[in-house]
Amino acid sequence: MKHGDLDSSLLRPDKKLDIHMAVDGADMSCTACHTTVNHRISGRYYTEPAPAKRELALPKDDGNRLACESCHGTRPHRKTAKLNDHADTVACQTCHIPHFARGGVPTKMWWDWSTAGRFAADGKMIVEKDERGMVTYHTMKGGMAWEEHVAPVYAWYDGRMSYVDLADTIDPATVVELNRPGGAYGDGSARIFPFKYYTGRQVYDAGDNQLVIPKLFGPKGSGAFWGGYDWQRAVEVGMAEAEEKFSGRIGFVDTAMYWPITHMVAPAQDALDCDACHAKEGRLAQLTGFYLPGRDRSPLVDRIGWLVVLATVIGVLIHGGGRWYAARRRGRR
Amino acid sequence: MNGHKLKMYARFERFWHWLQALLIIVLLYTGFVLHGTLPLMPFGAAHEVHLTAGIALLVLTAFAVFWHATTGQWRQYVPTAAGFPRVVRHYLVGIFRGEPHPFHKVPEAKLNPLQRLAYLSLKVALLPLVLVTGALLYGAPWLQARGFAVPFGGTAILHTAAAFAMLAFLIIHSYLTTTGGTVWSYTKAMITGWEEVDH
Ligand code: HEC
Ligand code: HEC
Ligand code: HEC
Ligand code: HEC
Repeated sequence: MKHGDLDSSLLRPDKKLDIHMAVDGADMSCTACHTTVNHRISGRYYTEPAPAKRELALPKDDGNRLACESCHGTRPHRKTAKLNDHADTVACQTCHIPHFARGGVPTKMWWDWSTAGRFAADGKMIVEKDERGMVTYHTMKGGMAWEEHVAPVYAWYDGRMSYVDLADTIDPATVVELNRPGGAYGDGSARIFPFKYYTGRQVYDAGDNQLVIPKLFGPKGSGAFWGGYDWQRAVEVGMAEAEEKFSGRIGFVDTAMYWPITHMVAPAQDALDCDACHAKEGRLAQLTGFYLPGRDRSPLVDRIGWLVVLATVIGVLIHGGGRWYAARRRGRR
Repeated sequence: MNGHKLKMYARFERFWHWLQALLIIVLLYTGFVLHGTLPLMPFGAAHEVHLTAGIALLVLTAFAVFWHATTGQWRQYVPTAAGFPRVVRHYLVGIFRGEPHPFHKVPEAKLNPLQRLAYLSLKVALLPLVLVTGALLYGAPWLQARGFAVPFGGTAILHTAAAFAMLAFLIIHSYLTTTGGTVWSYTKAMITGWEEVDH
């Protein structure tokens, strides 16, 4: 639910939802990809990329099968060969997971802690739900928004994530991105990857412009948020317990996180079409710094080009009109 | 006009002309779809047609170069200053007065000085520019995989600029085909090969 590409719908998925784990298809289990080598389950280790190298592990199978390429190779497309040329710049997941949370289980896209702690007039906790039964407000947690069938956002990603930590200074005037996918266009290892862009609003140290650790659990009187519903106290106590400094002034800041999307691979015919990216307002509209056919152009060359074409059309019309008019006058004479 | 007919265009020349015309129109259309200017066609289909037509134009051009070289017809395009001002004057003045064209077309020299200059520029500058930039765009992933840096954006912009020039050429060229004895006489000559001349 948090991930958006991993939820209970994947227990018994059909082919539309997940081509690999579909019960009416290959019916692969998690461990078909998450193989274990020496008790290290394949996956992402902290800040290191999960699939270390993009290469074909089969037939010389070393048991480490995490990357799509380990089973499919780097040139899996026979019908549309051009797609294979994208392998170095666009991750398989980008095209093959056009939407996440497709299995009927909504995913949480927004979590606003700042409104937590409101009580009804009779002193009871407030719990509000939407028509799907998803909680949209809870006294303990604040406001939440849920979505289904979400188009990911895209970023260059080399498998490494960097995180903002407590010592970092943040800019509360902007949306603070708590993590950032590493890599950039043309660095040789980053590819365009799909993410769930998870936003929220949380408490921070407004004096020092830093993130904080509020104390959440604890009995009444301990200062814990769920004991007294006082953010100021919860931050004071939480930071003291963590032995971190706190200026004494709190505020609320908008935040965002990138969650990589890698499950819920759709059947091939549902993959992204060329026009999804190669268009002005396409899915990659935010990713700049490289020339994308169909999206990018030189406005100067286009302007001059159309002016020249327009001028030739007008010139031809004037010349042709002149000939026609002159011929008519000659005919009359 | 009491002229007679001359065989002006050989079979290969006519085939080359019309296939080239068709390919250039298809390339212009699909090219502007790929450029994001024209609608009515998905990017993928436009890309496929554009590639096929581009490769066909490259092959056709290779045949045309071979034909011109072996038949000596390339001499038709050698520029000349003789009569140049008179031809220019004809299109600016004489044509409106109903004067006959000052240039007398014969199969051995069928291009007037203005045409020689225009077609020579087309054939040694514009066409090679589109073909070479197009081939570079096509080969970019292959070249990049082998460590050659291809400035894709710059090449694409150059390719676009050449396409605009090609479109302008196409408009002027199509218009000038109407300046013969009748509106269709030049077009008919390019189809049948036979042209009515007044000398
Ligand atoms: C088709 C292959 C495949 C299958 C099947 C698969 N996974 Fe994954 N999974 C991956 C890949 C690839 C990654 C690495 C993503 C990355 O680089 O962060 C991953 C990452 C993960 C992560 C870490 C995600 C994160 O955001 O940190 C979890 C947890 C996970 N998988 C659980 C599961 C579970 C549970 C199942 C079975 C329901 C499953 N996977 C089935 C390929 C697969
Ligand atoms: C453990 C090996 C393995 C891994 C890893 C793997 N796949 Fe597959 N994939 C398969 C198999 C086997 C099938 C055939 C399933 C079927 O036909 O039902 C398949 C089918 C597919 C198809 C559907 C083809 C069709 O005809 O519709 C797509 C798309 C696909 N995989 C993409 C991916 C992507 C993207 C990844 C990485 C996230 C990935 N695969 C990782 C083994 C794998
Ligand atoms: C730019 C988008 C894009 C990327 C990137 C991409 N694919 Fe595909 N893929 C497609 C589309 C579209 C199809 C639909 C069938 C076709 O035209 O080949 C497809 C088809 C497939 C198929 C079925 C092929 C067949 O012939 O039956 C497999 C398997 C597959 N992709 C795996 C992958 C893997 C693995 C990667 C990463 C190396 C990947 N794809 C990267 C768009 C993409
Ligand atoms: C997920 C988005 C995405 C989809 C879908 C996609 N492309 Fe691309 N395409 C890209 C990106 C990003 C680049 C730029 C790569 C670079 O600069 O290295 C690119 C580059 C290209 C290029 C120029 C570079 C080259 O490899 O020749 C062509 C041509 C192209 N794509 C054709 C297609 C076609 C045809 C399809 C559909 C079959 C398609 N693309 C689908 C993202 C996409």
